[in-house]
Amino acid sequence: MGALLLTLATALSAWLGEVSIARLWQGLPLAGDYIAGTIPRLRLEHFFADIAYWMWGVTDWILLLADTLLIAYVGTVLGGLLALLFSFPAAATLAPAWVVSLTRRALEVMRTVPTLVLALIFVYAFGLGAFAGMLAIAVHSAGALGKLFAEEHENASLAQMEAVRAAGGSWPAQMRFGIFPQSLPGVLSYGLLRFEINVREASVLGIVGAGGIGEELYLAVRQFEYQHISAILVLILVTVAVIDLLCGRLRRRVLGSTS
Amino acid sequence: MMKSRLATPLLCTSLLLLLIAGLWRMDASPERIFNGITKLGWLVALMWPPSAGGVLLELLMSLMESLAMAFLGTLLAVLVALPLALLGAGNIIGNALLRFSVRRIYDGLRGIDTLIWALIFVAAVGMGPFAGILALAVPDIGTLAKLFSEALESADRRQVEAVRAAGASRMLAVRLGLIPQVAPVMLSQILYNFESNARSSTVLGIVGAGGIGLALSDRIRINNWDEVAFIILLILAMVATIDWASRRLRLKIIRAS
Repeated sequence: MGALLLTLATALSAWLGEVSIARLWQGLPLAGDYIAGTIPRLRLEHFFADIAYWMWGVTDWILLLADTLLIAYVGTVLGGLLALLFSFPAAATLAPAWVVSLTRRALEVMRTVPTLVLALIFVYAFGLGAFAGMLAIAVHSAGALGKLFAEEHENASLAQMEAVRAAGGSWPAQMRFGIFPQSLPGVLSYGLLRFEINVREASVLGIVGAGGIGEELYLAVRQFEYQHISAILVLILVTVAVIDLLCGRLRRRVLGSTS
Repeated sequence: MMKSRLATPLLCTSLLLLLIAGLWRMDASPERIFNGITKLGWLVALMWPPSAGGVLLELLMSLMESLAMAFLGTLLAVLVALPLALLGAGNIIGNALLRFSVRRIYDGLRGIDTLIWALIFVAAVGMGPFAGILALAVPDIGTLAKLFSEALESADRRQVEAVRAAGASRMLAVRLGLIPQVAPVMLSQILYNFESNARSSTVLGIVGAGGIGLALSDRIRINNWDEVAFIILLILAMVATIDWASRRLRLKIIRAS
């Protein structure tokens, strides 16, 4: 039964996706050739000259990568702040049921619209450039983080909130002094994780004109500058790996400080 | 004590400064923000009421094409990731150097975004859903191979040894002693990747790799905002349906195991 369903779904998808075995057979070597073409020619006798040729635009690219990181950083911080604002009314233990479900629907819409679609719309409204990309990342992050933050708040003990209420604190004060200190490590940890994801997302925003390294990569692909493609990809990979490593360390420290 | 008391405000100040510097670098002037928000409000007004523009069937077909790309991309990734995962699992392949290099390959595949792969495959094999399928499959090969090999490593050794003791070959021992143990974990990871691919497949059309994204970016280019709103709603509905179905399936798998 399961196998039959799988075969049916595959056949239907293959028809919809215009896949044919013949095309796959023709296409795969082409894709292989293309990727092989991007590999730089590094010869031992003039190794450094070859590296210099390969990394021809490295100063420009590093600046663009810094922009990409900046987009990710500002987007994560602004999105995180927005998420924090939304997360208290989205926590089932802290707000009335209708407020919770309303806020959660809003967060769902924010995180389901793909970042790239948001970027296209914001580029239209705010003009080309990094600002539009940053906004797209901020909105998507707010949706994704808002839900996670709300779950952190739900896990917090209510006793401290009661104490603030007994001392005459308003609802915002109860949240700020009763709940937030308890959920802070979780909030920071999720924020760091989101930053890692956003660095990856920011690296493609340039394709729709929303700033960062993506634009240069798109140009290289369209102008068939094979070696530039691989050079930029290597730089992106290194950046992503370094950010992941640093964020991983920070996250362990943040989470370790509570236990 | 003194040090830690100073460290937090110092860190917060420098992070705030970085934020301001970032906004300045992006030309986030109040005028630009104001104009942008005005224009955004105007766009939202134009989006109502959403309209299919008389090509509802065509849009639904593109949406199905996106879904088909997500399905085939995931399937292709699973087929390639399974053998790769066996190479990367410490309890199957003893050679540490081979294992190390295989794992770095997974990292490389994963580190590059689907959309970049789509750009590359569109240039390599031409526009259309086929490029999209390959673009969805490649980073997933990295993710799935990594997750599969981690699952394989955490499996119980004794069942493999039992199959070996009954006289089975090494391959057969992996097939009968190891795979059944990790199949539920693998299946739920595959479903999770399928969900994520269903989301990604909706934007691949923006770079010409098939699916609903092409229709969406076209409508934005020619300013048909009511149709843009309609397509976004279609995408939201599809993603919600897939998430719901996949969550139910995953719960079923977890309960069955």
